[in-house]
Amino acid sequence: MYAPSFAAPTTVADAVQLLANASGVTRVLAGGTDLLVQLRSGILKPDLIVDTKRIPELRTITTEGGGYRIGASVSGAEAGEHAALSRDWPGVVEAVELIGSTQIQGRASFVGNLCNASPAADAVPALVAAGATVVIAGPNGEREIAVEQVPTGPGRTSLAKGEMVIAVKLPPKPVRTGDAYLRFIPRTEMDIAVVGAGVCVTLDGQGVCRAAKVSLGAVAPTVLVVSAAAAALVGSKLDDAALATLDAAAQAACNPISDKRGTIEYRTRVAGVLSRRAAAIAFKRAGA
Amino acid sequence: MAPDGTTSLRIIGTRPIRPDGVDKVTGRAQFGADFQLPGQLIGKVLRSPHAHARIRSIDTSKAEAVPGVKAVMTAADMPDIPNEEAFVGEGPANFRDMSDNTMARGKVLYDGHAVAAVAATSAAAADAALSAIKVDYEVLPHVIEVEDAMVEGAPILHDDMFTAGVDPKPTTPSNVSRRMVFQLGDVDAAFEKADIVIERKYKTAPVHQGYIEPHACVAQYAADGQVQIFCSSQGQFMVRAYVAKLLGIDISEIRVTPLEIGGGFGGKTLVYLEPLAVVLSRKSGRPVKMVMTREEVFRGSGPTSGGTVWVKIGATRDGVIVAGDAVLKYQAGAYAGSPVGPGCMTAFAMYDLQDVRITGYDVVTNRPKVAAYRAPGAPISTFGVESAVDELARELGMDPVELRLKNAAKKGTKAAYGPTFGDIGYVETLEAVKNHPNYQAPLGPNQGRGVASGFWFNIGGESSATVNINEDGTAVVATGNPDIGGSRASMAMMAAEVLGIDVERVRPIVADTSSVGYCFLTGGSRVTFATGMAVVEASRAVVNELKARAAKTWDIPVEAVEWKDGQALPAGSNAGDFEPLSLEDIAATSGRTGGPIASTSSLNAQGAGPGFGTHLVDVEVDRETGHVKVLRYLATQDAGRAIHPSYVEGQIQGGAVQGIGWALNEEYIYDEQGRLENPGFLDYRIPVASDLPMIDTVVVEVPNPRHPYGARGVGEVPIVPPMAAMANAIQDAIGIRLTELPMSPPKVRKAVDEQTAAAEE
Amino acid sequence: MAKHHISTTINGEPVEFLCNTEQTMLDVLRDELHLTGTKEGCATGDCGACSITVDGRLVCACLMLGVEAEGHAVETIEGMADGDKLHPLQQKFLEYAALQCGICTPGFLIASKALLEHNPDPTEEEARYWLAGNLCRCTGYDKIIRAVLDTAADMRGAS
Repeated sequence: MYAPSFAAPTTVADAVQLLANASGVTRVLAGGTDLLVQLRSGILKPDLIVDTKRIPELRTITTEGGGYRIGASVSGAEAGEHAALSRDWPGVVEAVELIGSTQIQGRASFVGNLCNASPAADAVPALVAAGATVVIAGPNGEREIAVEQVPTGPGRTSLAKGEMVIAVKLPPKPVRTGDAYLRFIPRTEMDIAVVGAGVCVTLDGQGVCRAAKVSLGAVAPTVLVVSAAAAALVGSKLDDAALATLDAAAQAACNPISDKRGTIEYRTRVAGVLSRRAAAIAFKRAGA
Repeated sequence: MAPDGTTSLRIIGTRPIRPDGVDKVTGRAQFGADFQLPGQLIGKVLRSPHAHARIRSIDTSKAEAVPGVKAVMTAADMPDIPNEEAFVGEGPANFRDMSDNTMARGKVLYDGHAVAAVAATSAAAADAALSAIKVDYEVLPHVIEVEDAMVEGAPILHDDMFTAGVDPKPTTPSNVSRRMVFQLGDVDAAFEKADIVIERKYKTAPVHQGYIEPHACVAQYAADGQVQIFCSSQGQFMVRAYVAKLLGIDISEIRVTPLEIGGGFGGKTLVYLEPLAVVLSRKSGRPVKMVMTREEVFRGSGPTSGGTVWVKIGATRDGVIVAGDAVLKYQAGAYAGSPVGPGCMTAFAMYDLQDVRITGYDVVTNRPKVAAYRAPGAPISTFGVESAVDELARELGMDPVELRLKNAAKKGTKAAYGPTFGDIGYVETLEAVKNHPNYQAPLGPNQGRGVASGFWFNIGGESSATVNINEDGTAVVATGNPDIGGSRASMAMMAAEVLGIDVERVRPIVADTSSVGYCFLTGGSRVTFATGMAVVEASRAVVNELKARAAKTWDIPVEAVEWKDGQALPAGSNAGDFEPLSLEDIAATSGRTGGPIASTSSLNAQGAGPGFGTHLVDVEVDRETGHVKVLRYLATQDAGRAIHPSYVEGQIQGGAVQGIGWALNEEYIYDEQGRLENPGFLDYRIPVASDLPMIDTVVVEVPNPRHPYGARGVGEVPIVPPMAAMANAIQDAIGIRLTELPMSPPKVRKAVDEQTAAAEE
Repeated sequence: MAKHHISTTINGEPVEFLCNTEQTMLDVLRDELHLTGTKEGCATGDCGACSITVDGRLVCACLMLGVEAEGHAVETIEGMADGDKLHPLQQKFLEYAALQCGICTPGFLIASKALLEHNPDPTEEEARYWLAGNLCRCTGYDKIIRAVLDTAADMRGAS
C-alpha cells in the first residue's frame, strides 16, 4: 500500500539535500493546494514530500534594493496583506489573490502556482509582465532565472533534480509604471482561468508609453510573452489604434487548445479583449 | 379566519428558530458520513471507465488476497430479479434496472457504472483491492446525445427495449423506450385561427442536483438476518423498500435509521450504496460504511435529463393564445425512465388552452440513469414554452406579463393533462411581479429584463405522524420524513398550533422505520402538506383526548369542554364553573385519568394544491466575453399558506439559484470516449455567492382548501421559471435569442459574433 | 513508514494524534479525532465545507496534511460556541434561517467568523467574494449573506 515519506526541514540546505538524495518521485509542499488534489486523485504518488513552510526565510517578504523578495512559501493572503508590495505591484498581488477561494488564499503560494506549471496559472502572466525572476537553490548553489523560464510545458519545469525555487524577486518599480492582470472565468470565483492577461507599462512625463511587457496565460502550453503586443503599446497613449493593434497581436500569439474550459476560438478572442482591458488599467496605474 | 375554523393563528406564519438548528450550527448534527459503528469496514466501489462495454469477466481473486480485505462483491452476489415496473418515488421504476444500476450485470452502460465493490479494514486497503480487480471489457460503441440515440443505426443499449406507445408495436429494438401523447381539442385546426405562430427548437443540458453531501451509509447484517441501515436519504421507508426488493429480504428484517441529509433535491430518492453495503456486511460479518467521493457522485449518481423541446404556439393579433404544440425528447440515461411524462404534463399547464398537444419521447443514452431533480421534467419543457411565449410577446408588441395575464390558467381551467384547476394563484404571482419595484427599475446599456413562469403539480400521498404528550405537558411529534430544509419546524408549528402551546414545547423527530408509521419519501413538495396533515390530525385527536380527560376530571360531558390556548375550559356558563386545566395539569394527572396521552394518524393525503410562480430577472451581458451578470432577481410564488415564511422564502431562493446555474454554466462535458470530463465542483460550475444578487421574494397566499392551514407545496416550482427568464432577459439585453442551455460565455460570445457578422452583411 | 506523532492545539486544547503522511487534516479531524462537524463535500478545495482556521488563517482542511498541524493552533466548528453560548454568527444564522440542510453551515460559519475578524465592516460584495469558496446549494446565499452582514453590524455596535 502507498505510504510516502514526509520531511519538514528548517533550512534551505537541508531541504535541498533531502530532495537531491531522495530516490523516486519527490514533491515540495509549499501551500499544497495543487499537490493535495493530485495526491487525492491518485495521479501523483510521490515517495517523499518535503514541507518547506518551516524554513523561516521562505516565509517572509523582504525588500531588496527597492524591489521585493517573496519567500517560496508565502501565501496569497500574506502577499495581499503586504501594503508596500500591494502598492507597488498591484497587478501581481491581484493575480495571486485570484487563485482560488479565500481558503485557498490562506495556503496557495506564488511559487507553487509557478512550479505546478499549469498553463492557466494566474500568478505567472502577472509576474512575467512585471519582469520577475526566481531564485533557485540546488546541490550546486543558487541561480536566478526569469519567471518565464521555469515552466517548460504543462506540468513540467526546468528545475533539475534537487533544485527548488526559494523566492520570487520583483524588481524596483520604475517611476510612472503600472501593472495589471485580468483573467476570464465563467463564474466570478472558483474557476481556473480560461484566459489570463498581464500587462506592465512605463510611461514618460507626457503619458506616452516608453516600455511595455504583455504576457498571456492559458492560451499556449506555457505562459506567453507577446512582444508584438508590447510593441503596439510603446509610443502610444493607448489610443484606439494602439488598442486594436494590441488586440490583434495578442490574438495572433495565441496557440490554445479546446477543452472543457474553452474553445480555441473563444480563448483567442478573449485574449485580445483582456489584453486591452488590462492595458487600460496598467496605463491608469502608471499615471496616464 | 383560518380554514380550520379557529379565529386566529398563534404560530402558523411566524418565524421561530428551527428545532434542529443548534445542532446544525455547532457541528453536532450527524449527517450520512458522520455515523459509524464499532468494528466497521470501509466499503468502496469499482466503476467502469467505459461508456458502453460488455463485461466478459471479472476476476476478484487478487483483490480478495489484499491484506485487510474482508469482502468483495459483484452483481453475482445480488439476486437476478425479474423485469418489474412499479410506480414509486416520483415516477415509474423498474427494479431490475435499479438493481443493474447499483451493480452492472453483463454490460456497463456509462462511465462510472459500478462493477464491483470491496470492504476492507482501511480505506487504503480498499483502494488497493479495487486496483487488484481485473475486469475484462469488450468496449462497444456508445451514444451520449439524445437525438443521436434516436437515429437509425445508433448503438443500442438494451436489446430488449422496444418503443412502447407506438402502433404497430415495433419489432426492432430501439433506444426510445416510450412515446406518449397528451392532447386536448384539435390543434391543427386551431393553428388556422392564429395570426402569429412561433415555432422553434430549444435544447437543455443534463444537470446534477449538486447536493453538497455525497451519498453515505452504514449497514449491518446480523447473523440472524436482521439488517440495520443508517443513511442520509430522502426517505428511510424508500431505502427499506428498495433494499428489500433488490436483495430479496423481508421488509420486517430491515430497519433504516435516517441520518441528517445534506441536500437531496430529488437526487436521494434512490439507492446506490445501501444494497452494496448490506451485501458486503453479509459477506464479511461486519458493519460496512460506504461514502461516495464527489467524483463518484457526478459519475455514478443521477442528474436530471437534458432534452430537446420543439415548441409551436399560435396567437391572435390581440394576444389570445389559440394553440400549443410541443415535442419533447428527454434522455433518461442508461435505463428507461426520464421525467418526460411530467415534462409533457407541465408544458402548457400555465395557459388556458382549448387546443393543445404534447408528444414525449423517453430515450436511453450512455450516461448515468437520471434521478429526480426538483419538479422533474418541468424546467426542461418550460424553458421551451416560456421562451416561445416571450418571443410571441415580442412579435405582438405586448408586455410579457400582460400576455401571460391574458392567457393564464385560473380556477376552472382544464389543463391538457386532465384535471380542472381549483383554487390556484398563478394570476396573483403575475400581479405581484407587476407591482414590484424591480418591474420598473431603469436599465442601462447591454442590460435586459426577462420574465417567465412555472408550474408544478405538488403531491400528497401516504404519511404517518405520532404525537406523544409527555408527563410534563411537552409534546413529541414523530414523523417519517427526512428534514431537508426545515420541515421539522413546520411539523412542530402545526402541532403547537393545534395543541395551543408554545412551539418550543414541541419536539419534532424524524423516526426510524420501526418507530413510526409508513411515510412516502420526502419529495414532490409533499411533506408540509401531507405529513403536516397527519400531524394536524394526530394533534387534533390528542386535543379530543385532553378534552375527555378534563371532562372526566370535572365530571361533565366532553361536549361541554372546549380547548383554547393550551387549556381546557368549560364551554360556556352552563357547563359549570371550573378553573381551566392546562396541558401540563392534564398531563401530570394522566395516570389517574386513563393513562398516557398519545395519538397516531396515518393517511393518504389528497388535494395537494398546484403551485405557480413567476420570476423576473435583470441581467447585464458583457458582449466581448459573453459573461452574463445577474443584476436583480425577483421570484413570486403562491405558497397557499406559508407555515414558516423564512423557509418558504428559502425554498424559493434556493430553487431560483439552482435555475440560474442551470441557465448559465452547469453541464456535463464528455470526451470522445464518453468519459465525463468534469466530475467535480471545479468544472461543474454551480453558482457561488459572488455570482448573485439578493433574491427578492414575494409569497402570495391563495389558500389550498384541502389543507387544514391552507398550505401547498413550495419546494419545486421555483426551479421551473429561471432558465427561460434568463434567456428572455438576455434577448432583451442584446437582441439575441439563445435557445440552448447552458448560456455559457463561449456560447454568448459566439452568438454576438454571429449577430455582428449578420449585421455587416 | 511509521505513523507520525503530531502535537497540536485544537479549539484551545492540546491534542496529540497519530497519522500517515497522506492523511489530510480533514481525515484526521473526522476519522481520528471524531470531530465530524467539519464536513467533506469534495476533498479538492472547491466547496469549503471543511473550512477551519490554522493560526487564525482560514483554510480548507482537505488541502492540508495532518502532519502539517504540528505546533499550530487549529479551530473547528466544535470550538465556535462558548459552552452553550452560541457565537453571534451561529445565533444569527438560526434567526435568519440561513441554513436549510445544514451540511455547508459549519464551513460558512468558520469562514464568516474569519471574515469578520479580518474585516468587521464588510460590504455585501466583500462578503460574497470572501464566501465564494463556500458552496451552498439550498439557500441561494441570500439569507446567509444577510445573516453575516447583520451580525457584523451587531458586533460593531456592541464593541
